[in-house]
Amino acid sequence: MAMISDRLAETGRREAAGAAQASVSGGSVGDYIALLKPRVMSLVVFTALVGMVIAPGHVNPVLGFASLLAIAIGAGASGCLNMWWDADIDAVMTRTAKRPIPAGRIAPGEALAFGITLSVGSVLVLGLASNWFAAAFLAFTIFFYAVVYTMWLKRATPQNIVIGGAAGAFPPMIGEAAVTGHVSLDGLVLFAIIFLWTPPHFWALALVKAGDYARAGVPMMPNVAGPDATRRQIMLYTLLLAPAGLAPVALGFGGAVYATVAGVTGLGMVALAWRVLRRREGEAAVKAAQQLFAFSILYLFLLFATLLAEQSLGFGSLFAGWGR
Amino acid sequence: MSDKDRTDDKERAVEGGPPKMSPDEAKRRRGRNIAIAVVLGLLVILFYAMTIARLGENVMNRPM
Repeated sequence: MAMISDRLAETGRREAAGAAQASVSGGSVGDYIALLKPRVMSLVVFTALVGMVIAPGHVNPVLGFASLLAIAIGAGASGCLNMWWDADIDAVMTRTAKRPIPAGRIAPGEALAFGITLSVGSVLVLGLASNWFAAAFLAFTIFFYAVVYTMWLKRATPQNIVIGGAAGAFPPMIGEAAVTGHVSLDGLVLFAIIFLWTPPHFWALALVKAGDYARAGVPMMPNVAGPDATRRQIMLYTLLLAPAGLAPVALGFGGAVYATVAGVTGLGMVALAWRVLRRREGEAAVKAAQQLFAFSILYLFLLFATLLAEQSLGFGSLFAGWGR
Repeated sequence: MSDKDRTDDKERAVEGGPPKMSPDEAKRRRGRNIAIAVVLGLLVILFYAMTIARLGENVMNRPM
């Protein structure tokens, strides 16, 4: 709590200094959209939509759209709060130095107010559009990402993205809850897939950007446990991820097409993780990590896109014995 | 923004007048104002549509 009050006091001081210099906000509409991390939002919308589609039951299209919009804005709000808190480390990392707050285009206080307003608004809209269980789940997710991950874990432990990855894995469960009012094993499996996918995805990036994270003082796994230990953990999580990717087939909401896609791309993930494990020096090591990072994005997209296509078009049920 | 502009802004703030903006700042503020107007308009439509969807067939049920 002392940390948060210190940061709020610092934001207040910067606001006062800013007000003495210029009383006009300098950010463009694009800067405010950038605060919402649109690429993360698109992933959240996509996975939440799959959660809604696999849920048993019917949802009015207007209410479904409003629910999805609320989940997306909630994700954006938590991204905005993340950028407010992390502005100091964003400024020293090449990947993030041009973000609106470290670049000086938006004042920290504006970002904080924007994030809190959108958080409250998105939770209220989701409650009104679907149910208050889903709204409470969204509120918890925003809290988990903005406070548990951003303010606490990120700078404290190399397991930051493992535990914090749960925040990114909740959207399919929120989507399911928006339709049914509860969470089932199906939603939990989608959660598990994203949860297990997060460490190989981010640690592959961290292997390449270890210098950036070290400069910012963020204890990512390669900086704390070393690159070799990180490679072993990437392999371990990938070995858990590949079978978890097939779990929707066992539960009956993934059909034959999904089984094929999850099987083939799961093997691809394992092969690339193995390459990361074996190639430890020079350009080959960097290339292997970059390939795993890029392929992991495609892997998750294909899994969820196939589930969405099977459920929407109904071709999963063509294969008797596979679908429900 | 030059030091002179900042001094002008402070003087205007003391006098209660609007801050002096460069053409670029004015353009960005206009963009923000338009975006806020559009978002508010869309929220009105969204809440109207949600209300009608929630009411469903009951929207026509008005016993006299």
